[in-house]
Amino acid sequence: MAKRIEVSGLNVYYGDFKAVEDVSMTIEPRSVTAFIGPSGCGKSTYLRTLNRMHEVIPGARVEGKVLLDQQDLYATGVDPVAVRRVVGMVFQRPNPFPTMSIFDNVASGLKLNGVKDRKKLTEVVEASLKGANLWNEVKDRLDKPGAGLSGGQQQRLCIARAIAVEPEVILMDEPCSALDPISTLAIEDLIEKLKDKFTVVIVTHNMQQAARVSDQTAFFNLAATGKPGRLIEMAATKQIFSNPTEKATEDYITGRFG
Amino acid sequence: MTAIVENKPAYDGKELDLSGKSGARAFKNVLATVLIVAAFVIALIPLIWILWTVVSKGYHLLLSADWWSQSQRGVTVRREGGGAYHAIMGTLIMALITAVIAVPIAVLGAVYLVEYGKGTKAARAVSFMVDILTGVPSIVAALFIYAVWITIFGFNRVGFAVSLALVLLMLPVVLRSTEEMLKLVPDELREASYALGVPKWKTILKVVVPTAFGGIVTGVMLGLARVMGETAPLLILVGYSKNINLNPFDGFMGALPTMINQDRTELALQPAADRVWSAALTLILLVLALNLLARLVARFSTIKSK
Amino acid sequence: MSSPDGTEPPDRPAEPAASGGEPRIEDVVDTTGPAAVHFETLTDENDDGRPAAPEPEESKKKLDLGPVGHLGDRLFSGLAHGSGGLVVVIVAFVGIFLLALAIPSLADNNTSFLFSRVWEPGGSDPKFGIAALFYTTIISSIIAMLIAVPIAIGVALFVTYYAPRRIATPVAHAVDLLAAVPSIVYGLWGLLFFAPILLPVINGLSAALGWIPLFEKPIGDNVGVIFTISVVLAIMILPVVTAISREIFAQTPIAHREGALALGSTKWEMIRMAVLPYGRSGVTSAAMLGLGRALGETVAVMIILTVPNGNDPWNSSIFAGGETFASKIANNAAEFDTPEKTGAFIAAGLVLFVVTFLVNSAARLIVARSAPGAKRPRRNRRATEGASV
Repeated sequence: MAKRIEVSGLNVYYGDFKAVEDVSMTIEPRSVTAFIGPSGCGKSTYLRTLNRMHEVIPGARVEGKVLLDQQDLYATGVDPVAVRRVVGMVFQRPNPFPTMSIFDNVASGLKLNGVKDRKKLTEVVEASLKGANLWNEVKDRLDKPGAGLSGGQQQRLCIARAIAVEPEVILMDEPCSALDPISTLAIEDLIEKLKDKFTVVIVTHNMQQAARVSDQTAFFNLAATGKPGRLIEMAATKQIFSNPTEKATEDYITGRFG
Repeated sequence: MTAIVENKPAYDGKELDLSGKSGARAFKNVLATVLIVAAFVIALIPLIWILWTVVSKGYHLLLSADWWSQSQRGVTVRREGGGAYHAIMGTLIMALITAVIAVPIAVLGAVYLVEYGKGTKAARAVSFMVDILTGVPSIVAALFIYAVWITIFGFNRVGFAVSLALVLLMLPVVLRSTEEMLKLVPDELREASYALGVPKWKTILKVVVPTAFGGIVTGVMLGLARVMGETAPLLILVGYSKNINLNPFDGFMGALPTMINQDRTELALQPAADRVWSAALTLILLVLALNLLARLVARFSTIKSK
Repeated sequence: MSSPDGTEPPDRPAEPAASGGEPRIEDVVDTTGPAAVHFETLTDENDDGRPAAPEPEESKKKLDLGPVGHLGDRLFSGLAHGSGGLVVVIVAFVGIFLLALAIPSLADNNTSFLFSRVWEPGGSDPKFGIAALFYTTIISSIIAMLIAVPIAIGVALFVTYYAPRRIATPVAHAVDLLAAVPSIVYGLWGLLFFAPILLPVINGLSAALGWIPLFEKPIGDNVGVIFTISVVLAIMILPVVTAISREIFAQTPIAHREGALALGSTKWEMIRMAVLPYGRSGVTSAAMLGLGRALGETVAVMIILTVPNGNDPWNSSIFAGGETFASKIANNAAEFDTPEKTGAFIAAGLVLFVVTFLVNSAARLIVARSAPGAKRPRRNRRATEGASV
């Protein structure tokens, strides 16, 4: 599992508005890459283009290339549904399916894609929940609704749901922004563990978080309101936080703006 | 403003008057309160009166087993006896057929409006048509079915024709309520499903609709409750039969509203009057039961509309 | 995030979707077929069930990102689109059929359809006009609205701002209960129990205002008159108007209300300053919807309203009998024996259809136009359309 993502010359538009301009980067497999930057700089939008989730927004479109181990996600004949099975996503707010039990939530990706073998499902659910550091907390109540868990547990449930379909890449869109510090810590531990097996990309507003969990950091910024967001700098996290090349990056991480 | 500030004298040691509002304002306030409470009382009078009338005049026949198991076959206006089984069954059968036809179209139509057509011209056209349908008076719906079913196709007046007319009345109610419920399903759930690589139709069927299910069922029951009490289509599209007829495609059929209508001109005769009020009470109870059921389902539904 | 109806970026060549134009996600996705295979390959390589086993070799494997079939999405999307289309077709059919049947009769009509009060549709010399029906329908519904709306506003205010919560909820449900009573029951109750007590009111009103033709009382103590059905219709539309007004009033932003109270206003002044202006458009549209209901009400009117003797001169008084569109049609259901006669009634039904539609559209326009309180709460529709107990 885990693949390298290579992006070149990517532009994202909402209708006529160019939201993200000319992004090129390489995201290494089995590592954590963090996207940081001020609000509205297009980092979440850009993240969504990595599994074509932006397409659910009417009018959103993309120019450029996204290669997943040499395979272009935007090539002719590529189905966004197939892409999303390979590149999973965890959202800002935990969103377990309210009608489903904990078990069914984790199994939902498989079940909805036609897997019926109960034994396999049970195995996958257990493995995924263990992988999401949630198994011990929920193993006695797998048949209870997922919505009954705490916010942090729900988010880990969503991560379990995402890894249950065995993706290559997991995208996380500010996964901790709706959580308390203790739950955040649990998720960060989990991210650390996930990178052994997956390519993890995380968007975060929290710079300490980026510093703690990521191997590489990409800083996005926009020149002015109404202008498209751009990738300013991308490097090893240590370097970004200790010795950034760009002035804007330094200003941002030292809190001088944004 | 500055004038007020400048002219305001320094603290003068006088006590403020905090005892209450001036006379006219206080009076208006009291008057408004009285009027509002009066409106409430006035609204309650007909409610209590109607319910009292129906319950007190209709309850005793409902206590007998015959009422729930016998028809009016061979029972003349002057005679007591018989039951409302034929009418209850007729009402339920016609309502059931109505639901079977209307609900799938309504739910799928709502799915179209919320999940597929949103923002498109076609969806606006459909929505406009639903608005038109919402305003169709029951008598016009009945007239239309009469025009098609009887005048053009030359079929007989049967229960099924009534159901068709009721479909026209029920469809917009269920469609709108389903639409509102689907709109309440957070987009995050749809996204979560898409992000798992689940195709759109399965997302709708397995995630969106189940989430909104309680609300959809509530809408269906409220729609049913509404069409069950309709009388006009029955008058025009099917004759009243005192016998049990469970076949909606052949012959006249009993129904509670027409059972009431049948004897309403003979209310001077006690047996007829009893039957009329008992049928009315039965109908109200049926409608009420559906309403309560709808409430119950709504309470346990996954998403709340508030 | 609005619609999951994602369209693909137009800058890329179309997917091998059959549908022309902009390919949509729903055209190009499915679960069956290669997708299942894809999943199997993934899991087969992890048959210990652990999704997270590190297998560096595997990542070199080419992924199958091809289209995963179309069938389910095609079918379901087709069904949904079809249902939407069906609604359009149904409404078009209703309009076309009614028109098609009405036009021949209208063509044979020997008097003015809109301005005549005669109704003799059959025979060799058919004459029918809707003037009388129109008058009775409109006047009865308008009086009903004039009676119902102030009371509904009162009840709504009582429930939202005056009654203690313990009382408010049961009261709201009790008023909703009125909507659960079928109209034929209103008719019977109205005729037998309610109309008799209206007689003194009718006598009093006509004694005071009888010099106006509208309030002139014909000879005799008939209670099956327009005024009576107006009051009964008012009771019938009360739950609808109350339910909507209640929701709108309850939505008045707390900032508006507290703002008014902070200025030292009494409760009533707060309501006049904050609640009523906020709810104005909503209440107006509720009133229109109630009016629409009243216009189309059939059975209650049919039972209560006395049909005037054919030889009597027409009387414009609200203390006289008459017939509305709906009651005329229902009263004469037995006369639909020839297409000519049926056509005449259908023509009348069409006019009712159009009037109701105009009233309902006005209600919607009012809601769409006005800014404050314009957004109707989600549940309103249900409250207006279905009885809710």
